[in-house]
Amino acid sequence: MSNPLRDMEKPDVIFCIGTNMTECHPVAATRLKKAIANGAKMIVADPREIGLVEFADMHLPLRVGSDAALLLGMAHVIAREGLIDEAFLADRTTEAEAFLAHVKEFTPEWASNICDVPPELIEQAALLYGRADRGAIYYTLGITEHICGVDNVQSLCNLALMTGNIGREGTGINPMRGQNNIQGAGDVGAIPNNYPGFQPVTDPANQAKFEEAWGRKIDIDKGITKVRALELAGDKIRAMLIDGENTLVTDPDREHCEHALKSLDFLVVCDLFMTETAELADVVFPASGFAETDGTQTNTERRVQRLRRATPPPGEAKPDWWIVSRLAQRMGFQGFDYSEAKDVFNELCSLSPTYAGLDWDRVEHGEYQWPVPEEGHPGTPRLHEDGFINGRGIFKLIRYRDPAETVDDEYPVWLTTGRRLESYHSRTQTGRSEGIDYLLSEEVLEVHPEDVAAWGVKDGSWVEMASRRGAVTIKVKATARSPRGTVFTSFSFNDVPVNVLTGGGYDPITDTAELKVCPVRIQPHSSAQNTEAAI
Amino acid sequence: MSDNTGRTIFLDGEEVPFDGGETIFQVAERHHKDIPTLCYDDRLEAFGGCRLCVVEVEGARTPVASCTTMAEAGMRIRTKSGSLEMHRRVLLEMVVSENREVDVDELSGYASQEMKTLVDRYSARTGRFAGDKSGVSRPDDPNPFILRDYENCISCYRCVRVCAEQEGDYAISIMNRGFETQITTEFGGLLKDSSCTFCGQCIQTCPTGALGDLKALRHVEVEEPIEKTRSVCTYCGVGCALDIMTKGEQVVGIQPAMDGPANEGALCVKGQFAFDFVHHPDRLKTPFIRDDHGQLVPATWDEALDKAAAGLLEAVNEHGRHSLYAIASGRAPNEAGFTMQKFVRAGLGTSYIDNCSRA
Repeated sequence: MSNPLRDMEKPDVIFCIGTNMTECHPVAATRLKKAIANGAKMIVADPREIGLVEFADMHLPLRVGSDAALLLGMAHVIAREGLIDEAFLADRTTEAEAFLAHVKEFTPEWASNICDVPPELIEQAALLYGRADRGAIYYTLGITEHICGVDNVQSLCNLALMTGNIGREGTGINPMRGQNNIQGAGDVGAIPNNYPGFQPVTDPANQAKFEEAWGRKIDIDKGITKVRALELAGDKIRAMLIDGENTLVTDPDREHCEHALKSLDFLVVCDLFMTETAELADVVFPASGFAETDGTQTNTERRVQRLRRATPPPGEAKPDWWIVSRLAQRMGFQGFDYSEAKDVFNELCSLSPTYAGLDWDRVEHGEYQWPVPEEGHPGTPRLHEDGFINGRGIFKLIRYRDPAETVDDEYPVWLTTGRRLESYHSRTQTGRSEGIDYLLSEEVLEVHPEDVAAWGVKDGSWVEMASRRGAVTIKVKATARSPRGTVFTSFSFNDVPVNVLTGGGYDPITDTAELKVCPVRIQPHSSAQNTEAAI
Repeated sequence: MSDNTGRTIFLDGEEVPFDGGETIFQVAERHHKDIPTLCYDDRLEAFGGCRLCVVEVEGARTPVASCTTMAEAGMRIRTKSGSLEMHRRVLLEMVVSENREVDVDELSGYASQEMKTLVDRYSARTGRFAGDKSGVSRPDDPNPFILRDYENCISCYRCVRVCAEQEGDYAISIMNRGFETQITTEFGGLLKDSSCTFCGQCIQTCPTGALGDLKALRHVEVEEPIEKTRSVCTYCGVGCALDIMTKGEQVVGIQPAMDGPANEGALCVKGQFAFDFVHHPDRLKTPFIRDDHGQLVPATWDEALDKAAAGLLEAVNEHGRHSLYAIASGRAPNEAGFTMQKFVRAGLGTSYIDNCSRA
């Protein structure tokens, strides 16, 4: 997030797009509710009537995968109505002229034809955000899990730049990160393009720095993404080490994924449980987890906080860093003689410019948000206040692109996927916590009541849902939360492996899977279960 | 500074500065005056319901509730006096007399000891005012998380207010008035059928244990003392700080960190209640290796590390260092991710590493 969580109580106009915040980031959503109680207005753009809509002044029920069109239409209106922040454009941005010329053709009527939101609503939303003193954008995977995820994010940046809604309290471009330490995973360099602290591996100076630190030659080339690695499994990729990820259940295109993992010569997995992925491994290491491990994690607002051990792990389970470093030592790798988590964190701080001012003792109370460039620096709750790291904010000229797969006669329904409040990912944890089943015990497919009738199925009956890659059987729930022609389910229940269906395409720049859009065909399932349901 | 001339009040004779918009209670709290409260939660709008926080203001006819009275320049305030203490004690005795019990286990909730602490502090007689008891408990609500023991309710409305003001959920409300007052859901139904999200904020703010943490209370009988360890929630990216409650080696419950920088005392149903996977019998307790029959069988660390090292090195030796790929976790701590990327970079000189952020 560009801004701290506490800023969520400060905007006068909130624009949420592709974020089901009341279910996926409930505690953050409480801050938006407070802002609204204090008079803030909220626009929610989402195909579904999600929980946030209840608190919103405007709901833009766009067709799945059409975000870029909606945002171009809004930019058009903001430019046409002269709601741009001229001073900000002049002082802090570049390519503004080209951008303002570019958006001229993308009228709300044009956008409406693509995104199915009435042009008047696009106008109103643009005017509301464009006239805000403090307009803040919040988004989640509804923006990024598309073949045009980067385009979508850049479209949001364009809106914030043209209205000067960045670098001030209560504004910003704020992605809500989905996992407890997904921010940290990138920060520490567990990505193919960057060393710790977002230092590009392709920069010879960074290469030299890390070769010096670690005493060996390191490629100047980027690595490959996980998506590519799974494609190359059994071919160029022969072995994998997977830490704490149930790849088989949470990645798209399960059949492809299973084939990939099975075609490896050797697979090592560290996890808390014998997950579906661990079951394919040659060696499984038992990891310690929440309440058992000392360490640090970094949240969505870049805040580094301490994790503390409250109880010993079960049996012989060990912290991930211990497992990986002992394995490294057995393989003859140098520099892995850590004796506690503190050693690892302090090495990270010594090599990362964003964590340079931190060490184990300084993160004791969790008051620092990176970047913390040197000791004594107070941290940076709000990014871009005085300037952009790269100099100026660059407008990007975005054009709308269709999703990788679109509905047709054979697959006439849009499926979109997400999370639910009470379950988390593949339920390895929430599914093993007592009481959660009382609130959520099975997966359902959310279908608009009129579609339920039109498709000849029944509320509570079972259907077969098929995409170009596979099929699952799932129980129907009639609800107006889904718009007509679009259905929703989560990917949490292994008995309804939705990732059998998804995986039609990937963003060409980030390799992020298009998990939010998947055309499907739905038909009644003639099974014993339906007979039961009929009785 | 001259700007502050007059911007002071006198607290028990001591002249102290205050900020505009501060209540007497807030100023007094900053100056470590221990004014008793029952209906106060500093995250919520002051309510002025319990009247325990009364103070004497020179010139005022009767004592005023300090939580709802704004500080004004020149006020002379007494936070403690014989008559105030008597007033507070009688009020407490009236409140507590109609509660079934005062001894509530600490596991019940973060604020659950407030009533008991005050009763002890004022030596309040719990049976002084005999008579009917108000509040109808809901043992019929089968939800596994929230005890609804309204016979211990004192109508401070902290639960109703936290649900509305802090959560924006408005799941519970107040029915009837006076002695008949009852905390309830819409239509008096089960919490599950209301807009309750089971975030647990109501049980954490309840000062009497009328609302209690059912999961934690299962461990009341365990002899060991409760220990609290500050950590961070393991689910989404908000990073809510929390206290893990343990008895011995058993994690018995979670309480939100009221001073957590990201959450300021809030949690959701997952952070509050989905913690006991930690002790689930399915947890892996030893390494496993695939044996000659293709079965995963338990192994020692030595065996497993040797086998893993040999297997990975074989791939590297036969197919080159770019044949090994590592996937780090978005769920594991920074130290896990750092060691994983160092494994490929310092070990193999590649950047063949990613994490789960793309799917």
